[in-house]
Amino acid sequence: MIRLVLRGREPRWLAPLLVGCAVVITYVLTAPLIRWAGANPMAAYRRYVITPLTTPVSIGEVLLTSTPLLFTGLAVAIAFRAGFYNIGAEGQFLVGAVAATWVGTTFDGVPAAAAIPFALVAGALAGALWILIPALLRVGFRIDEVVTTLLLNPVALLLVQGLLNGPWRNPVSQFPESAHIGPGFNFPTVIPGTRVHLGFAIAIVLAALAWLVLARTATGLRMRAVGLSSTGARFNGVGVERTMLSSALVSGAIAGMGGVSQVCGLQRQLTGEISAGFGYTGIVVATLGALTPVGVVLVATLLGDIVVGADSASLVLQVPPQMGQVVTATLLLVTVGILVLRRYRPVVNRRRRTAETRAEVIPLEEVRQ
Amino acid sequence: MIDIADLLTAMFVSATVLVYASAGEVVTERAGVLNLGIEGTMYVGAFVGFTVADHTGSPWVGLGVAVAAGLVAAALMCLLTVTLGVNQHVSGIGTTLLLIAVCDYSNRLLYGGGQLVQVKTFPVLFKDTPVASQYLLTYIGFLVLVPFLAWLLTRTGFGLRIRAVGENPEAADVAGISVARTRYAALLIGGALMAVAGAFLTLAMVGTFTLNITAGRGWVAIALVIFGRWRIWGAVAGALLFAGVDALQLQLAITETFAHVPREIMIAMPYLVVIAALAASGRNVAYPGAYLKPYRRI
Amino acid sequence: MTSQEPLAVGVPLVELRAIRKSFGDLVANNGVDLTLHRGEVHALLGENGAGKTTLMRILYGLTRPDRGQILIDGVPTTITSPKDAIRCGIGMVTQHFSLVKPMTVTENVMLSGARLGPLSLSVARAKVFAAADRLGVTIDADARVGRLSVGEQQRVEILKALYHDCRVLILDEPTAVLVPQDVEALFATVRRITTQGLGVLFISHKLREVALVSDRVSVLRRGRIIDTIDAAGVEPRYLAELMVGRPTVGVRRADTVRPDGTDLAVAKVDDVPDPGTATAGAAPVLDVEDLTVAGRGRNAVDGVTLQVHPGEIVGIAGVSGNGQRQLVDVLCGIEKPTGGRIRVGGRDVTGAGPHEVIAAGLGRIHEDRHGALLTDLSVEQNLVFEHLNEFRRGPFLNRHRIRAYAEDVIARFDIKAQPGDTVGSLSGGNVQKVLLARVLVREPKVVVVAQPTRGLDVGAAEYVHQQLLDRRAMGAGVLLVSEDLEELLALCDRLVVLFEGRVTGELATADAAPERLGLLMTGAAA
Repeated sequence: MIRLVLRGREPRWLAPLLVGCAVVITYVLTAPLIRWAGANPMAAYRRYVITPLTTPVSIGEVLLTSTPLLFTGLAVAIAFRAGFYNIGAEGQFLVGAVAATWVGTTFDGVPAAAAIPFALVAGALAGALWILIPALLRVGFRIDEVVTTLLLNPVALLLVQGLLNGPWRNPVSQFPESAHIGPGFNFPTVIPGTRVHLGFAIAIVLAALAWLVLARTATGLRMRAVGLSSTGARFNGVGVERTMLSSALVSGAIAGMGGVSQVCGLQRQLTGEISAGFGYTGIVVATLGALTPVGVVLVATLLGDIVVGADSASLVLQVPPQMGQVVTATLLLVTVGILVLRRYRPVVNRRRRTAETRAEVIPLEEVRQ
Repeated sequence: MIDIADLLTAMFVSATVLVYASAGEVVTERAGVLNLGIEGTMYVGAFVGFTVADHTGSPWVGLGVAVAAGLVAAALMCLLTVTLGVNQHVSGIGTTLLLIAVCDYSNRLLYGGGQLVQVKTFPVLFKDTPVASQYLLTYIGFLVLVPFLAWLLTRTGFGLRIRAVGENPEAADVAGISVARTRYAALLIGGALMAVAGAFLTLAMVGTFTLNITAGRGWVAIALVIFGRWRIWGAVAGALLFAGVDALQLQLAITETFAHVPREIMIAMPYLVVIAALAASGRNVAYPGAYLKPYRRI
Repeated sequence: MTSQEPLAVGVPLVELRAIRKSFGDLVANNGVDLTLHRGEVHALLGENGAGKTTLMRILYGLTRPDRGQILIDGVPTTITSPKDAIRCGIGMVTQHFSLVKPMTVTENVMLSGARLGPLSLSVARAKVFAAADRLGVTIDADARVGRLSVGEQQRVEILKALYHDCRVLILDEPTAVLVPQDVEALFATVRRITTQGLGVLFISHKLREVALVSDRVSVLRRGRIIDTIDAAGVEPRYLAELMVGRPTVGVRRADTVRPDGTDLAVAKVDDVPDPGTATAGAAPVLDVEDLTVAGRGRNAVDGVTLQVHPGEIVGIAGVSGNGQRQLVDVLCGIEKPTGGRIRVGGRDVTGAGPHEVIAAGLGRIHEDRHGALLTDLSVEQNLVFEHLNEFRRGPFLNRHRIRAYAEDVIARFDIKAQPGDTVGSLSGGNVQKVLLARVLVREPKVVVVAQPTRGLDVGAAEYVHQQLLDRRAMGAGVLLVSEDLEELLALCDRLVVLFEGRVTGELATADAAPERLGLLMTGAAA
């Protein structure tokens, strides 16, 4: 019979091969749901993945849709890399949007040159503040940040709803939406002929910066050390608490800036739908992107592609747009599941099944790379 | 003025969801596994329970199928976290995202995302008595399930195995206990209970299914498990605390002093109270020894 | 020392015939025959990797042999899991206990074989007390195992075996974690249960103890039994030769083996330390004055004063658990002392962190290799990690310089690895080389090194010893903390003995007779 045995070195072709298998398996698993909606799975997938890339305008839509995911994916990746499980990117995104709206509607006369940095800083501060308490609780009292960051997500949503139902409700339409931000705060378009705005450029710049810091600086190496082994990092003189705290704050700030980007670049106001679960999808982006900035950019673009495709598919093929989320989540689970197998190789074993030899407790960090 | 009887009645109703969910999560985490798929599993229980009750006209059938769905969801987590050993944070959040997406997708296909359909809900027992007018599931939850699970964990060989596996899987292995099978059992029990919690939302409390019906209660349950130090009774106490504050804010919202406070702040109060409770009591708690650690013999 | 009854003649309790087991290319057991009689204590002696633990794991069902037979009471038996072994009456106490700390003694003891249904705790408690009686010890059945001392925990482990009415008890390096009083207690226990007819299989590398407590000794080397002899009157040196396969070279003060590794000290003869070579007049490179570190209950380190001068190796002797770890942690800068002063090369670094300590000229070779290195990072990253600032070019790290540095260090220290390899993928010996190289290449004034040869094979241990002696020859000071008395006696100029966090004695190695050291280590005399 075939047994799986730990392999020593991993051939370079293995991971891409497994990812390819993951894609196929995802297709197979999601096809029945698509058929249930009365559509052809192949046609649906073509719409999800290929169609959005066929015209410049729709490519622009893909980039536009991936913009918030770039921010949240990067934010989550940076935090996870440092060993801080930031599941609260959703809340940090929302408060960033709130900050941008407040700044944009209160100081609506400010010209663009000052307004845009102002909004970004406000959003970054808001996001960092939103993650501060969970971060302090973790660093000071070793209280699990998963729970605390998670719980603040519904609170942030309630904050948004409270503002929109209350003091920020549009006086004219009486809808729960805010007034428009001042013109100086509107992000300009960066690719003519599309809706791709400054936020996309900022996200790419942030990703490049993150890559630079992580891969090429001493600070980045120390951050990675903290995330991989806090004992080892501490022995080598890295201030583990300080590094984790600053990574968490940077993560919150970036997620907050994502909220700013969504308000100033796309919606120009605050509504209840300002986030379509971007914070949670950011976790998918970060994980599938192997926690690297390059991976985040690629996966965010892919997911943006799927979302745009799912939207158009819902109109044309009558497949509900939630399919995009289904595909995304399935792809995540299948990929992480299958990549576990890359540590093993099949061994044909003609002897009888032997009882196991050594117990192996797989450390938490191990599965991330 | 605050009506104590009303408050207590509402508290027990609201706490039922959290009691089932957090009790299930206690069993799971005691075996060393964090199930962040709890929010998604509750959502599935809510949706499936509602849909089946709608089609069959019976909330009990709906509950039964919801439990089955919860087992399927738990089986997914079993595969990912126990068999494959995937990072439990990722597999949990991924499972929640998947389950919610599938439910919303199905909801769109089945109900067109339009009108809210009402289903026949569970009857309330002792309808006219104050405080005691609760659903059967509430009675079962507090009076049967909780003592049973507490007894199971502390006084049976099965519970002994779960605790051993969650503290020191190597020791359990050497003693001849199958770590994997024990964890599967713990996850499945948890999944079934989480599904019941979700079904209670649609088949008792609300009577219909709306998007985001669970509203983060799964995350609250996770917090309650820590707050309750991984004991069933501790989680129940936490559930009553959260539900109590929730019921309180509902009552306060219509009083003179609080009428002007935005509703959302009131709704947020219970969440903030839980965070504060965690901060106050959660310092350096002793997590189960094998928490988050997959176990593998080569 | 032999058992009180004549050994049972006839069918052996356990017989292993022609056991063969390999892991990939490595043959761990190569046709091993072994017998154990009723009432006998049979010791298994061998170096690291000789195959003793594998053999016992086969007997206990944690591994299956590729070939060979197991006979219990003369009957061929298949053992596929610990459950089978327990059913055959075999019990095992592993070196690292398999205890669930938050649970009580009773719960731990009944864990194996507990049915799924309700537990009858009172019945179990009664059985636990009965087993404790057989053992001749008292135990609190309701105590949480985590609160017990190491010796008591070991007793719980033995209780587990007796609870299931075992007839064969396997002990894997049982004295490794015990203080001398507990060792005495353990031997008394072993004698007691053998008089009741049990057989005991005893894995050890401590020649003296083996000679003391066992009836027969089987020596393993490279997967084969070299010889099985009566323990009565055996010369430890003879056993050592059988183990290693050659007449042992090196210092012959006492021919026992290291507590943690399995090797004799193999320092070269002409490097025998001579008390006079240390530059006695020179200022100490490490000056520890009245150092105190708080611990649980009492101070872990209690007013320790010692000095290391250039060109000398000072050894810290003591049974594990007497403050050595805390002392090293404070010197390494990862724990803060509660009192006293530390000076490195004249500079006060009391309470300082790793960076200051390193900058003052102290090299740190910690006993926890995986905690001191970043096992998921590469060799080159680890080599430069303590001094990242020196490898910058502007805000970035200069990757070429790092690579060049790493290649140089790898060549100089004969590390069998590429700069880009993950440290986690290296063998134990190479990991230790990386740890050493990282520190020694900077030529520190003083090196603090703890348990450097633990778990290493002969070649790797020799390498480490040679490196330390080289440092000494070059004028550095070395503070060597080790539980391996032979290593200390072979390498050190002076010994400082630690007991319960205090210095109980300080003597030149030449004056350090084992009996005197033993007394100091157990706090008995000054």
